[in-house]
Amino acid sequence: MARAALQLSPGPFGPVPAKSVLTLGAVGAVPPGMGVVEGGEIPYKPEALAIKKQNQQDWANRDPEIKCYLPGVPRAAYMPYPFQILQTVSALTLVYEYAGAVRNIYLKDPGPAPADSWMGQSFGHWEGETLVIDVTGMNDKTWFDRSGNFHSDKLHVVERYTRVEPNVISYEATIEDPDVFTRPWKIKMALYRRLEKNAQLLDFKCVEFVEELLYGPYRKHPLNK
Amino acid sequence: MRSRFISVTSAAAIALALSITSQPVLAQATNAQATRVSAGSSMPRTPDGHPDLQGTYDLATMTPFERFPGDPPYLTKEQAEKLKKAEIDRRTADKGKVDPNKRAEVGGDKTPGKTYFEILEKAGGGAVGGYDRLWLNQGSNFVMVDGQIRTSIVIDPPNGHVPPFNAAAKKRGANQFGLPTSDAGEDTNVSETARAAAVARGEYDNPEQRPLSERCLLGFGSTSGPPALPDYFYNDLHQIVQTPDSILIVSEMIHDARIVRMNAEHLPKNIRRWMGDSVGRWEGDTLVIDTTNFTDKTRYHGSTADLHVVERLKRLDAKTLLYRFTIEDPNTWDRPWSGEMAWPATNQPMYEYACHEGNYALGDVLRGARLQETGASAGKTQH
Repeated sequence: MARAALQLSPGPFGPVPAKSVLTLGAVGAVPPGMGVVEGGEIPYKPEALAIKKQNQQDWANRDPEIKCYLPGVPRAAYMPYPFQILQTVSALTLVYEYAGAVRNIYLKDPGPAPADSWMGQSFGHWEGETLVIDVTGMNDKTWFDRSGNFHSDKLHVVERYTRVEPNVISYEATIEDPDVFTRPWKIKMALYRRLEKNAQLLDFKCVEFVEELLYGPYRKHPLNK
Repeated sequence: MRSRFISVTSAAAIALALSITSQPVLAQATNAQATRVSAGSSMPRTPDGHPDLQGTYDLATMTPFERFPGDPPYLTKEQAEKLKKAEIDRRTADKGKVDPNKRAEVGGDKTPGKTYFEILEKAGGGAVGGYDRLWLNQGSNFVMVDGQIRTSIVIDPPNGHVPPFNAAAKKRGANQFGLPTSDAGEDTNVSETARAAAVARGEYDNPEQRPLSERCLLGFGSTSGPPALPDYFYNDLHQIVQTPDSILIVSEMIHDARIVRMNAEHLPKNIRRWMGDSVGRWEGDTLVIDTTNFTDKTRYHGSTADLHVVERLKRLDAKTLLYRFTIEDPNTWDRPWSGEMAWPATNQPMYEYACHEGNYALGDVLRGARLQETGASAGKTQH
């Protein structure tokens, strides 16, 4: 579990600048952080940076997480929810509590992704002690964080998982997207194992929490404000 | 625009038409236990010595969940081949009708379906132009266990039917009919009377009243389970990943992932889960999965939060698992009941089914109901 979900870049930040968020007070704020972007800056093309800023302004309407949409990669790895790795000789699967997202990691080259998807197609191999997962075939609908950092459907992510201590995985992702960024860039963070004896994934089928947001106007009797 | 399942009542009404064959019950019934195929020593095993159940399995089948009146418990090979050919011919003929520019048919095709799948498809929106052949990916084989070609997944009671509701369930059902359950689906082809009754009950008032499948909360027809069952429309793949302490069963439908904790205690009773809390153990070479702690919204087949499901998975051969389940809920049935099917392995890859992300149907269902209330014609209204 990591906590880069709010913003990848170094902080602190004030409240996420969207008017509806201000009503949440401290809960809507972004606490300080050192950031996880190598070099501290995401190398946006100028026109893409403008979109990123608009995304931030209109965060409450645009962030796919608010609608309980699948998180994509790499965002899935550092959402503020746990995930579980199931690893055997013949299979490798990542199961996420958030939105019930699942990634089957192919261990043999599956060829090009047959279609774009929210979680993409993952092909994993080992480089020494590091699990390297090549992720392609992602759509352009997911974000990287709650600060409007986005990508196009040209996104290509290479994740590297290295166990550095019994309960800590070093996580790195190289992000490449020629339509949005001037060069590939990298994020790096620690993923900590949950140590509670009863640690396990529970249900976070968040759909039921966003139905009012998405379908509220079509209720027979609108909820009292 | 997604799946739906015939409600129990409408299925009963059309049951006669669904009879797979009018032949009398055939005499090839054999003792199911005595002829069980025994897995040989070549059976793949995991490093900890248990049978390796891993792989992807395709649950799509032509065998209905419950047997229809008049059907024998088993088919002869000749009967099965004849039925398979007829169904494949029907599907092939349907392919010619796929047209991306086709508009929804107001009112729809009300002629009764003649076969099991035809009737299912009409009930699932096919009557108004939903689910053309492009959408569907259905089974083309019957369930075969112990050399028997089965006509129902339910095997106990032996008549192939879920036992009748007990008094408590009937009493509850009078107030709960139409509430979401894990195996009910969209009601796109109910009669005018049934729809009027549903409107009166408020089933189109709020998203919370719509079926769990329509809301992308759980798969259609108990695809995620437990019990994990065929959908009969599409997305029937299930993948098993097996580690010594956790066994994962991923259902292609709504990417539902159930993690079975091995040799663990159940969660405290106050923690309730959509697919229940599954704990597992090995009994010899059989994986036994015990599931309790369901939510009171899961309501599989009309059951309550006290539902208890025991599943047994066993490898029959290198390419087939045997899946058996027993259901009990004293609030709903006076006796336990069981079902059984083979899970054939497949090499097909499992694609992402992003149900909620593409769910235009739920908003449209509610919006349609609001339009009807204002007397507006749906045909004249722009989206």
